Amino acid sequence: MELLETVFVRNSLLVAFAVVGATLWISYLVADKFTHGRIHGSAIAITLGLLAAYFGGKLTGGNNGVADLTLLGGIGLMGGGMMRDFAIVATAFGVKVSELKKAGLAGVISILAGVIVSFIVGALVALAYGYTDPVEITTIGAGAVTYIVGPVTGSALGASSEIIALSVAAGLVKSILVMIGTPIIAKHIGLNNPQSAMVFGGLMGTTSGVAAGLAATDPKLVPYGAMTATFYTGLGCLLGPSILFFIVRAFV
Amino acid sequence: MVVYGVALLSACLVVGMLIGELLGVWLNVEANVGGVGIAMLFLVVASNSKRFKTLIEGASGRGIEFWSAMYIPIVVAMAARQNVVAAFEGGIIAIVAGVAAVSVSFALVPLLSKIGTGKTVQNNEVDA
Repeated sequence: MELLETVFVRNSLLVAFAVVGATLWISYLVADKFTHGRIHGSAIAITLGLLAAYFGGKLTGGNNGVADLTLLGGIGLMGGGMMRDFAIVATAFGVKVSELKKAGLAGVISILAGVIVSFIVGALVALAYGYTDPVEITTIGAGAVTYIVGPVTGSALGASSEIIALSVAAGLVKSILVMIGTPIIAKHIGLNNPQSAMVFGGLMGTTSGVAAGLAATDPKLVPYGAMTATFYTGLGCLLGPSILFFIVRAFV
Repeated sequence: MVVYGVALLSACLVVGMLIGELLGVWLNVEANVGGVGIAMLFLVVASNSKRFKTLIEGASGRGIEFWSAMYIPIVVAMAARQNVVAAFEGGIIAIVAGVAAVSVSFALVPLLSKIGTGKTVQNNEVDA
């Protein structure tokens, strides 16, 4: 056992490649045999990943899902920010400039609309649950933007750590829901072309959610959605502790 | 050479991230503003330009395509390291706020997709 652990830890990234590869193989097999391709294999794999993250987190009490298990530490590196961004940028290879130009304006508008709409919805939910402090309402609203905007806004405004934790949780719920919900809802919202993918990325904004959701819908749409989504968190961090907070303070 | 493509990809990301960080400092926000998006724009420009031919054609291009193809496995690994427990145990308000934000945003996709095209998007019945 100790021997196994030494080898696994020393080669953690390779273990991750093997484990993720096996997960994808099983997922595509299940998608093919049991759903006859109705559910995309990668959607099943991502759901399995989230389930594993839940049990990993329960087992270890850590924040990094399955990556906190000693034997699967490499998942943390493979699924970390650096590799995620590297692979996302790679998907832009071969994208046509004309497609980007066509959806440019709609993309920019959707980023702004996405941040503001998510914030308002989150703030309204906070109000409905009886929060009255503008700092707390703003922080929860910012959490509904993304799980990065929440804590950035909360700490800038001096919110308590419980409220910040709540805003992170709201952002995580959003990100997970986008991962799972996108392939299911895609047909109904016309998410089948580069233009709508850019709008989708701008409206949702959670890079992880958009990345996984589009991958499970149609990998060809990934670069378009990811392109706008990556501007969303920055804009959220800009607006959250400033204009959006002032607006909330004026109303409450 | 495969590594030329990988090097181009890496350079795009690093420079994009650097610009994103600078934008963050300049705008006084604690976040990288669009670093990945800027990097993607660089790669789009490079892959559509004749000047970068040696870095994107043949084996070099396969170096980029490999990482593009690794995208889904990396996303699966990313899903497996999310703090799913915190999302579930954050309390009912976190779940309500998350669900509501996603539902409204989904519903807006078909509306905003029409901007600038002048034509209506197919299948735009909304039941999110």
